[in-house]
Amino acid sequence: MSEHAPALAMHGIRKRFPGVVALAGVDLEVQRGEVHVLLGENGAGKSTLMKILSGAVSKDDGTIEIDGRVVEIGSPRDAQALGVRTIYQELTLVPQLSAAENIFLGREPQRLPGIVDWRRMFADAGRLLTGLGVRIDPARPVHELGIAEQQMVEVAKALADDARILVMDEPTSALTASEINELFGTIDRLTARGTAIVYISHRLEELTRIGDRVTVLRDGRRISTCRVGEVPVSELIRLMADREVGEHFPKRRAAPGEELLRVEGLCRRSLLHDVSFTLRRGEVVGLAGLLGAGRTELARAIVGADPHDAGTIRVRGEVVDVRHPSDMIQRRVGFLPEDRKTQGLVQGLSVGENIALPSLKQLSRAGVVRQAEEERIASELVRDLRIKTTGLAQRAGLLSGGNQQKVMLARWLATRADVLIMDEPTRGIDVAAKVEIYELMNQLTARGAAILMISSELPEIVGMSDRILVMRLGRIVAELDAASATQERVLAAALGYAA
Amino acid sequence: MTSAIGRRQIGTLAGLVALGALLTALTPYFLTLSNLLNVAEQTAINAIIAVGMTFVILSGGIDLSVGSIVALSGVVLASALQHEWPIALAMLACVAVGATCGLVNGSLIARGRLPPFIATLGMMSVARGGALLFTDGRPISGFSAAFRGVATTRPLMIPAPVILMAVVYVVGHFVLTRTTFGRYVYAIGGNEEATRLSGVRVGIQKALVYVLSGATSAIAAVTLTARLNSAQPIAGIMYELDAIAATVIGGTSLMGGSGTLVGTLIGALIMGVLRNGLNLLGISSFLQQVVIGAVIIAAVLVDSIVTARSGSSTRSAAAPLQKPQAERV
Repeated sequence: MSEHAPALAMHGIRKRFPGVVALAGVDLEVQRGEVHVLLGENGAGKSTLMKILSGAVSKDDGTIEIDGRVVEIGSPRDAQALGVRTIYQELTLVPQLSAAENIFLGREPQRLPGIVDWRRMFADAGRLLTGLGVRIDPARPVHELGIAEQQMVEVAKALADDARILVMDEPTSALTASEINELFGTIDRLTARGTAIVYISHRLEELTRIGDRVTVLRDGRRISTCRVGEVPVSELIRLMADREVGEHFPKRRAAPGEELLRVEGLCRRSLLHDVSFTLRRGEVVGLAGLLGAGRTELARAIVGADPHDAGTIRVRGEVVDVRHPSDMIQRRVGFLPEDRKTQGLVQGLSVGENIALPSLKQLSRAGVVRQAEEERIASELVRDLRIKTTGLAQRAGLLSGGNQQKVMLARWLATRADVLIMDEPTRGIDVAAKVEIYELMNQLTARGAAILMISSELPEIVGMSDRILVMRLGRIVAELDAASATQERVLAAALGYAA
Repeated sequence: MTSAIGRRQIGTLAGLVALGALLTALTPYFLTLSNLLNVAEQTAINAIIAVGMTFVILSGGIDLSVGSIVALSGVVLASALQHEWPIALAMLACVAVGATCGLVNGSLIARGRLPPFIATLGMMSVARGGALLFTDGRPISGFSAAFRGVATTRPLMIPAPVILMAVVYVVGHFVLTRTTFGRYVYAIGGNEEATRLSGVRVGIQKALVYVLSGATSAIAAVTLTARLNSAQPIAGIMYELDAIAATVIGGTSLMGGSGTLVGTLIGALIMGVLRNGLNLLGISSFLQQVVIGAVIIAAVLVDSIVTARSGSSTRSAAAPLQKPQAERV
């Protein structure tokens, strides 16, 4: 252990997932007592890098040094033993247990083997929490605490574990301004004792407040590491956004026609605030935003998958009282959810059965399915969309990602839907299949359909949209014309940095 | 498009045939027409209840109340007959009672969002208590020859309960494989959220499944009452476990979404043949329970090993009770 070795040094970290290179040789060095901010848009590789550090994902190549010593991190246990702790966006506390019990979960101080020394546990927990500068009764059940307090319990838990490297993933996303101040106070105390902190955030204003250095990742590469304040924020955004356009977008424009969908003043609890937009025949409207900006929530509220509190939804000019997904399906609006496996397909049913699911009533007489008709329509769609399957009877769960997405599309074409809401339509799909999906989108808009496309991939948003809406914190904060939009401008709006 | 008989059902059928061959070798009485008809008759009641149970389990639920519903609908039927209601009307009342209990189950599950286990556990006790209250704990016995004929006539030598069983299976199979309702049952059991997002009113379909289960229990009660010439408020105890066992041995996944009625029928027959064979061999009823339990476990264990090897886990009865992790694309 040399005196000047960094607390953490990751060198040449590589990771491939099937079909995608998540990390292409990334370096990251964090000094003791430093807050190192990791920046990058969705999919840049931040979370994969941190998962490797915390032992949740194994690296393909590269070395990790902690305090100058090369270490192997094969499991979350290894990471903990080395003093690496991650505080995730979703807290991982047991709500019914007290703060103290959570802090010492699995490492309870014991009087005799198996007998918990409660007095010591509460005293130690109290000391840890006071040391963080917060006043939390260690005996209170965690579910009675606020989110910020729960986060403090997480931090205390990490410290009880002797964490010397703390990874914080968007820790402020659920906090109020005063709670954020408290958290930053705690972070200052931690760094004063020499804890190294890797801080992931999309809030650029936080960067200057607590960051010492910043590393920008893009497409699984380190683009730049610099001291905070050395480089203006606008330059950082440019570095994050300036992605190589490796894919070809076969965008063809259709002349926009009449309005098919109009959403006005849509609100849902703290998730959506006064969202309004329109969608016209022949248009692809891209919906951009960071994770958690409310894009999926918006789509789900429109199609009736989730309730909304206020606002009106019009389809072809007619106000629809959306209470159930069937209300929108009847009006020929189709929804392709982000997660095809859990929300889209019934994996155990056949390809044909999956295609027919929403139109089964139309395909039946007196409750009896007209099987010949069902098969005719399904096989036409399988042929038209070139779905690669061994036959209509093949189980949908066995298809590749691209073909599963085509089955979802076929499902809505069978209902003759002409408004399609596609949430991350090309996620987890290989490049060739992506292009096929884009071509299908072109064909659909040419035939007069309207598409709302949610995507976290900036090149896709810019490459395939006619208009771009940008969401941030549950609101639409910008509308950009495709002709003038750049990835940089979209990202700046999504980050809340006025373009 | 859901095939009635898949590899899993062929496996179960092979098990039934092997069991039959073994018993044929061990005892000369097994493979006689009268004994086989006897087995079928003994199996009928469990097999009929298992039709409703299969729908329930396919939808991802469970129905623990079927045995108590047999008792409650049975004593209502008996009472109606004693008050000289026309037989058809009394039977209709019986089925209505069963269906109503099912509707309560279904409403609690679909509207009240209770776990099926809890809702039907409650109904198990409520219906049992209802049957005891209704009869003051005493059986109701002695019916007309015309009513007893429902269970005792043998058109073309075939016992009437076997014919009823066949009818229930043919209708059940048609509903499951050819109607929108049947398709929704598979879809809900396979992926409820995806089904809802496809515009299906999932709650109504789920409630219907329990109505159906209550109705098939009541149909079984008609046969049971006619055969015994008596309706007992303590009838049908443990029937729910027999019905679940038949369904699971028949290859229906407890996770929901996969299985067939053909499989369930074979599963019920395996249980019937096993009981019959053990009786013929003079094995004590205590040991019989042990053997039957072991067979249930073995059937599902074999299934688990086979599916683990073939690598597809979601369509198996043996899948662990947690939802399997979504595979990566």
